Amino acid sequence: MSWWLARRSIDHVVLERGAVANSWKTERWDSLTLLTPNWQSRLPGYGYEGNDPDGFRTMPETIGFIEQYARTIAAPVHTDTRVTSVRSRSGGYEVVTDQRTWQCDTVVLATGACNVPVIPAVAAAVPVGVKTLTPLAYRNPGQLEEGGVLVVGASASGIQIADEIQRSGRPVTLAVGEHVRVPRVYRGKDIKWWMDASGVLDQRYDEVDDIVRARNVPSLQLAGYPDRRTIDLNSLAAIGVKLVGRLAGINAEGKAQFSGSLRNVCALADLKMNRLLGTFDEWAATSGRDSEFAAPHRFAATEVEESPPLLLDLTRGKIKTIIWATGFRPDYSWLDVPILDRKGQVRHDGGVADTPGLYLMGLPFLRRRKSSLIDGVGDDARDLSAHLAAYLRDRVLSSPELIAARG
Amino acid sequence: MAINNPVNNGVNTDALFGAREALTKAPEAAQFKWRASCEWIRGTQSRSTVDGFYGLGAEQKHKTKFTYDSDHPEVFASEDAAATPVEIVLAGLAGCLTAGIAAVAQARDVQLRSVKATLEAGMDIRGILGADPDVRNGFDGIKVTYKIDADASADDIKAIVAQSQKRSAVYDIITNPTNVTVEVK
Repeated sequence: MSWWLARRSIDHVVLERGAVANSWKTERWDSLTLLTPNWQSRLPGYGYEGNDPDGFRTMPETIGFIEQYARTIAAPVHTDTRVTSVRSRSGGYEVVTDQRTWQCDTVVLATGACNVPVIPAVAAAVPVGVKTLTPLAYRNPGQLEEGGVLVVGASASGIQIADEIQRSGRPVTLAVGEHVRVPRVYRGKDIKWWMDASGVLDQRYDEVDDIVRARNVPSLQLAGYPDRRTIDLNSLAAIGVKLVGRLAGINAEGKAQFSGSLRNVCALADLKMNRLLGTFDEWAATSGRDSEFAAPHRFAATEVEESPPLLLDLTRGKIKTIIWATGFRPDYSWLDVPILDRKGQVRHDGGVADTPGLYLMGLPFLRRRKSSLIDGVGDDARDLSAHLAAYLRDRVLSSPELIAARG
Repeated sequence: MAINNPVNNGVNTDALFGAREALTKAPEAAQFKWRASCEWIRGTQSRSTVDGFYGLGAEQKHKTKFTYDSDHPEVFASEDAAATPVEIVLAGLAGCLTAGIAAVAQARDVQLRSVKATLEAGMDIRGILGADPDVRNGFDGIKVTYKIDADASADDIKAIVAQSQKRSAVYDIITNPTNVTVEVK
């Protein structure tokens, strides 16, 4: 956004509560990599020039990449500046920080979707003696006591964490609700390559049938390991992870209760994956590029044991740690503008908030399916900065001073 | 349903989608109370009656009063005057999933010609007899098998059945715990 604002000659500052790339520096586990290949981190005027386009950036590499971009575009970043309040003031906004206060015509909220872990209400019933952790605080398996671990949630965070904890010798039980299964590599190409090339990532928010559903789809079951291996429920079961249904409750005896819906959520995920692969096959055929790739094929269905356990005693010392990989939500506790809906989300139309001069960036399917990817912010910033520039121009043209001057 | 849409499973999906949109804006009206009353007849036989419910902000009435008798079979030394309650649970699950299949198929423009389900639930009756404290009273699992003839591929039919489970109330009631409070007045 800063690159686009500068290009449109709009005076601006970028406020960062910590250092540049703060959340990448302080809120990520050690082994995490980007889930998009290196070539796919395209920012305005900036792309990958290294010799491993299909690799996945580690956290230090990701931090370096973002720091380098900030330097390259000379973004006017004010670090160690925590915003404590944004409120409407005389046709614009007042932004209060722990450093100073800014008055501005427009504000872009680029704080993202993953500020606060979503922890289910059932967490209150976890027996004493079982430690709980969120992915924001998790660093590596060595941080955990020896013994069993219940990982709740089987999207990107949950499956990666389950994989490395199981490999550390701590037996993992993975509670699986609705999830999105995809292979890392299909017909010799990365899944993100297929999504990019076939146009899936460019689908717009006003083109899909049900945007509410599209914005709430869980993250893809993906990991970005150097060997490009697929982590899915079958691979986890193969190394000994115990698959159970969605965590539905913890009863009075301290037993975790799992939903009997495991078979169906797996069937749904398999069917959806096959539909997605079908759209890639169709795209390859109609675009005349079929011969560039290996032959179409399908992956083995997710295997669910005959009777997955419905109860797990949390009081017997078998489970030492529970990890809530149950998603994240934005934090708008500092936003003193009354534009939150009843679910606590900012009301907006493709990133243009429901109040003049306020914009959003980096949320899932904000304007396009790729909106929450590094690769997606460029197009969104171009569109939203154009809207913002037009808004500022119209405001000047309709100001009483200018109308009086025109006489 | 669109005028040019020849698919007709007898489900008014326009009304359902309209209701979804309206109730998203007015969640109070989405709060329903389902009710039944029950009276003992004799032995293990009793009669449940379903008449009214609450929803859309008002008391609602079924077009007619429905009654459901339940009893136990002769192998339980009962008179077998009606279905056992656990069989009625299976009927409830089948009714809910099948209604969902019709609705989802309609929404996806799939014409159904025939939908048949068989259900089987295992139970170790030492639980209800109190013969073994380690055996639960309820089902140890439910197996539902659908045979569906429709204008769609095998995968599309499977997806309709999967989506029906995802949106089914009875499926949720059976697969997830629910607090039950029984009072005597």
